[in-house]
Formats: sequence, C-alpha cells, structure tokens
Amino acid sequence: MNARISIEKLLPELDHGHVDHLEEEAIFFLREVAASFERPALLFSGGKDSCVVLRLAEKAFKQRIQGDRFKGRLPFPLLHVDTGHNFPEVIAFRDHRVAEMGERLVIGHLDDSIARGTVRLSHALESRNGHQTVALLEAIEQHSFDALIGGARRDEEKARAKERVFSHRDSFGQWQPKEQRPELWTLFNTRHRPGEHFRSFPISNWTELDVWLYIARENIPLPGLYFSHAREVVRRRGLLVPVTAVTPPEAGETVETAQVRFRTVGDMTCTCPVESDAASAAEIVAETLTVTASERGATRMDDRTSDASMERRKKEGYF
Amino acid sequence: MSTRALRFLTAGSVDDGKSTLIGRLVFDSRAILADQLDALERRAAGMPIDLSLLTDGLEAEREQGITIDVAFRYFATRARKFIIADAPGHEQYTRNMVTAAAGSDAAVVLVDVTKLDWRTRPESGPIALLAQTRRHALLAHLLRVPNIVFAVNKLDAVNQPGRAFATVSEALQAFAIEAGLDVSAIVPVSALRGDNIAQPAAGDWQAWYRGPSLLQVLEALPAADESHGGPLAMPLQYIAKDDGGTGHQLRTLWGRIAQGRVNVGDTVQVFPSGERAEVVALRRAGQAVGSAEAGQSAGLVLDRQLDVSRGDWVGTPGTLASTQRFCATLAWLDTEPAAIGRKYWLRHGNRWVQGRIASMEHVLDIHTLAPTDAHQLAVNEIGRVIIETQQPLPLQRYADNRVGGALIVVDATSNRTSGALLVEGLA
Repeated sequence: MNARISIEKLLPELDHGHVDHLEEEAIFFLREVAASFERPALLFSGGKDSCVVLRLAEKAFKQRIQGDRFKGRLPFPLLHVDTGHNFPEVIAFRDHRVAEMGERLVIGHLDDSIARGTVRLSHALESRNGHQTVALLEAIEQHSFDALIGGARRDEEKARAKERVFSHRDSFGQWQPKEQRPELWTLFNTRHRPGEHFRSFPISNWTELDVWLYIARENIPLPGLYFSHAREVVRRRGLLVPVTAVTPPEAGETVETAQVRFRTVGDMTCTCPVESDAASAAEIVAETLTVTASERGATRMDDRTSDASMERRKKEGYF
Repeated sequence: MSTRALRFLTAGSVDDGKSTLIGRLVFDSRAILADQLDALERRAAGMPIDLSLLTDGLEAEREQGITIDVAFRYFATRARKFIIADAPGHEQYTRNMVTAAAGSDAAVVLVDVTKLDWRTRPESGPIALLAQTRRHALLAHLLRVPNIVFAVNKLDAVNQPGRAFATVSEALQAFAIEAGLDVSAIVPVSALRGDNIAQPAAGDWQAWYRGPSLLQVLEALPAADESHGGPLAMPLQYIAKDDGGTGHQLRTLWGRIAQGRVNVGDTVQVFPSGERAEVVALRRAGQAVGSAEAGQSAGLVLDRQLDVSRGDWVGTPGTLASTQRFCATLAWLDTEPAAIGRKYWLRHGNRWVQGRIASMEHVLDIHTLAPTDAHQLAVNEIGRVIIETQQPLPLQRYADNRVGGALIVVDATSNRTSGALLVEGLA
C-alpha cells in the first residue's frame, strides 16, 4: 500500500536527509534504554508512531536479512493497553505484525481493570481513553517494568514540548513537570528507586512530517485506516465522527459516507478521521506539507476539553 | 548542504521579545497550525494576535506568567530543519541555559535596543550594554556553544533605527573583543513586525542594513563539528547479549563514536583493561559496513572474547588517557548547594563512577566571569573545581571533544541531576 518509489517522484525538491540523523539518534536512545534498565517494554498499539518506533527497534537490535525482514529478537517485550474500544482492524493488524515478527506481546486490558473495580465508568459508552492510565500503571506494576518506550513527539502538543527523552515517573507513575531532571548532552540520568520507572521517547525530535517521510522511505506497514477509505461518519462540532458500535449517531444527525483517513488512531470514542484522498504514505507527505490543522487538534476530542488537558493527563501517568 | 537539523538556543530576559521572536520564526515558516492560531485569535478577542503566546507552555506556567522549563520547538525552511531550545530568562536562567546549551550548535542572544542609551554615545567609546546581555553571551561562550548570534530587537520602536543599530553593534563588537567571543553575526530585527526575520530588510531599513535576515544567518551556520580527525575513541553503550541475528559467535559491542573512525581490520584497545583485539566485522543499523565515523553508532565484532562491559571505551591503542583527578568548570543546578568532599555519582560517557569535589578554586561572577574565592556553590552558580573519581576515566578537555570532556553530577540520595562538569584540564 505504501508507494515507496513515488516519494522522490512526487516531491523531488523535498530534502529528507535530516531523517537519517533522526534515525541515528532514535536508535541510540533505544539502545540506551536496553542497556540502562532491567525490564523495559515497548508500547505498541498498531498506531503509526509506535510502528515507526518498532521499525527503529528492529534496526537497533536485529539484522536485516532482505527487504523489510529482520533476523534476531528484540531485548524487550511489546506492551499494549487495550481499552476494549480499539478499532478491530487495528487490533488485527497488531496481532498480525507481532506474529510475523515473532515478538512477545503483553496486553493490559482495561476491561480487567473495570472487573477489578480500579476503573469505574460513569456510563457504558464513556470514552475510555483517560482510563487507559489505570490499566497502564497496573500493567507496569504487574510486570515490574522499569522503563516504557513510547512514540510521543514534542511537536504534538505543548505539554509534550517540555518532555524529556528520558522522563522520570514517581512510584505512583506521576509526572512532575517542575521536578524534571535537566537533560544534558546525551548523559541521561536514569537512576531511580525500586517502584519508580521511566518513560523514554526515542522520536521526541520528529515531526508528523518526519514520521510520514520515514514510513514512506522504509515502507513500514500500517493499518489500512491510515489511508483514504470510504467510511460512515457524522459531522459534529467541526469534527468528522466515525459511526461505530460505541459511537452511534446522536438524534438529528445525518450519517454520510465520506472519503477519509485517520491521522492518529486511538480509542474509537475519541479518534476522528479527516477528509482525504491520500492513499499512500507519499501522498500523505504531500498532504501534510499543505495541511493547516495540527494533528491532535483536528482529530482528538479528548484534547479539546481544555488548553491544558494533555498536561493534566500526563501528570496522572498518561502517555 | 548540511542535512542535520541546526539546534539553537534562544537567550533573553523577560520583555526582550524572545517569545515574540520564536513565535515569529514558527509563524513565518508556517510551523504554526490553524487550531493553535484559532486558540490565539480567541484569546486576542479582536486585537492583533500576540505571537509570544505560541510559546506558552504548561498550565502551571500560565498561572504564574513565567516559563519554568526549557521547551523544544521545531520548524523548517526549504534549506534546513531547526530545533529551538527555548531557555526562559528568569531566575533559573543558569540551570535552563546550561540545559539548552548542552548539545546546541548556536545561541541567539536577544538585545533589547529600547533598554540601551544609544542616543548618548560617550566620546571615549562604545555605550554600555545590559548586564543580562553580557551574562547570556558569556554563558554561551563558557559552555562553548560554537556560534553566537546577537539579534538586536525592537528596532521598530526607535525613531532612528539605523543609528541605534550602528551604536549597539559597535558596543557588541567591543564587548566580543574584550571577552574573547567569536561572534557569528549581529542582526537587526523587529520580532513584533517580522522585519528582517525571515525576509531580508525592506523599505527604510535598506538605507542602513543590507545584510542577511536572521533566518538566512541561521540557515548558513555550521552545525557543531563531529571530531572526525584524531584517534578512535568510542564509549561502549550496549553489549548485545545474543548474536542479534548475525550468526557470529562473538558479541557485538555497540557505541556511538566520539572521535575518529573505525574500519574492519583495525586493531583496537579496550579501556580500562588494556586488552587489544582486531575488528573483524562492523555493523550499523541492522546492516554490515566496512567503516564508521564520529557521530555514528557502530557495532564492533572483535576477533576474540574480551572482558568488556557498558561504560568501557574502545580506542586506537595507546591513545586513551587515564585520569582520576581533573580540573573542571562546574555549573550547579540543584537547590541543595554543592558540598566539598561529599560523594556524588558522576556519569562520563556511559560509565557511572563515584566522585567528589576535592577543592573549589573559585566561583565565577556570572555577569563578568571574574573569579572570586568560594567554598560552596549554590544553585545557578558556576565555578572552577578539582574533581577526584573512584575509578580512572579516559577524559579529554571539553574544548577538544564534547563527549570526552562532559560529565553530569547526580545526588546519590535524591537522584537529582545536580550539576554539569566541563573538563578544563587533567590535574
């Protein structure tokens, strides 16, 4: 689906040499995690940023045999927090990729947290996105993970612009923005007490455009919903809301079929697509160059609640 | 052309127009997106948009009306990608500036022309600069940021911008000579109006300035050099426990080369064991290669099994120094003052060692860099110290190699990153 050859053809003037340096840097960060921690895990949801981090990890720890196939094994398992409201095609993609690569996947189920009573929903169709934090922290505790590798980027959101590459979390999993450790050169201070952990963001310095350039260049497989497809949606407060079992149309709304793609893929209850005809990573690069709405702003209902909603969720332990 | 992004820090105090300048750079390069602009327009309520709000960060910061921490911003022009390390200018300036300067290729120091007495230049020489301008430039110099650019701002707010710029330029040049600064450029700008930021000066300004715009200066600056010359020095980062799919019986020793280059067939020596071996294979990201150079990560397969671990170094035989006592500049970042004789954790390359401040030579006056006697170093102070370490390290002077000459100091009790050390000499 990703048209690898067409990127130069499509954008002959586009220089993407800096992506080599971003790759070099990200691989360096990944090896640093593997070397500095006892029990790291890589967050893999099937989302595009985690697919990029996974490819970088393959390059960091495996040997390419031919094309996109690698030999060897990652020195850490993959971890996914399943809200139970994920797009089924993304879950199918996740399982297919994990089986294909022969890696180990640990799944933290939000439904288990609900059954345990550590998560209580106010109503059955409530967005489960915010509740992921509880399931995530429970998975960290259960498996004694001391570092989680994530695909967050500093260009996504302003609370993330101040995030470190190696970010300390206290024994409650909380981020303390005022207590962040200064990050000097690449001399990371990963010292921590038992029960505390770190989050590590190897693609901190990438932008959305860099991610798509890399996906196109490396021919990284992604779930189909990242590319243009026909989907039933309703228009609600400037967003296109996908019609699913957990996000039915509200009274008075008209369901229409639109040609859309997702720019971020998260919980079904809070992720919206944008109208697009871009059917390959290269076409998405071209579209990204002319886009006028930021990635989260156009697609995430959860970030719209207030200017500081990401900061608050991050403090509580969200990614 | 250079393909690596240029990372630069911006230094300036509150009211210098730093936030407006950064807002202007990302705005003019279209790195600001429509919904962020919407949010600004809502807040502006009909007034012109305040670009400085683009750099607003955390809720906690807005409540206090200050910025707390270094923020990273990204923008790109057709010629280059940029990373701004935005260091806030209030009382935590040293800590933030040290953080922003470590690893930066350039520093843009803002000079607010409206705060200077450019109309009354004394017969005897240039006008006086603000203490903060001197401080920001001296800190960048002390931390060896390779390029220093002065942006003379708010020239839209003075009635004779040409004369004002000439007078301030003269003072900056005189200061640079006095302090031994290597200044890459002095650029007149108006961040508020966007004059000479992205596009070169137009209109009246052309009568007195025909040089490049700030962005053109930044596009042309060299990124900090990797030390391609000299003998090989590579701190070992990660020893792969399995064969990583290579089929080699021997482990792969991964590290990012700090200096020089390595080729298949080279004989290398391991620090501290002193053992020698031959490089039989080299890997880069997932592939076999014939050589690798400074700045790149490489995986070495040696012809024999050595006793090596993370933190050891691999180098050209006979070239790695061995030091347990050295002289360094120490920038203190912790609210608990530095204590002579107390044990701290130090990280050099990939090795953690215990170390202590054996003695304190002096503290630098942050405005003049003049040394004064001291026995303690408080937060945001910078001094010259003698350090002793529990194990030998293959140190280099920071001026010669950033990787070989930089250490961090970590409080053994709180685990806070308490200080930054720049090696000045091997005592």
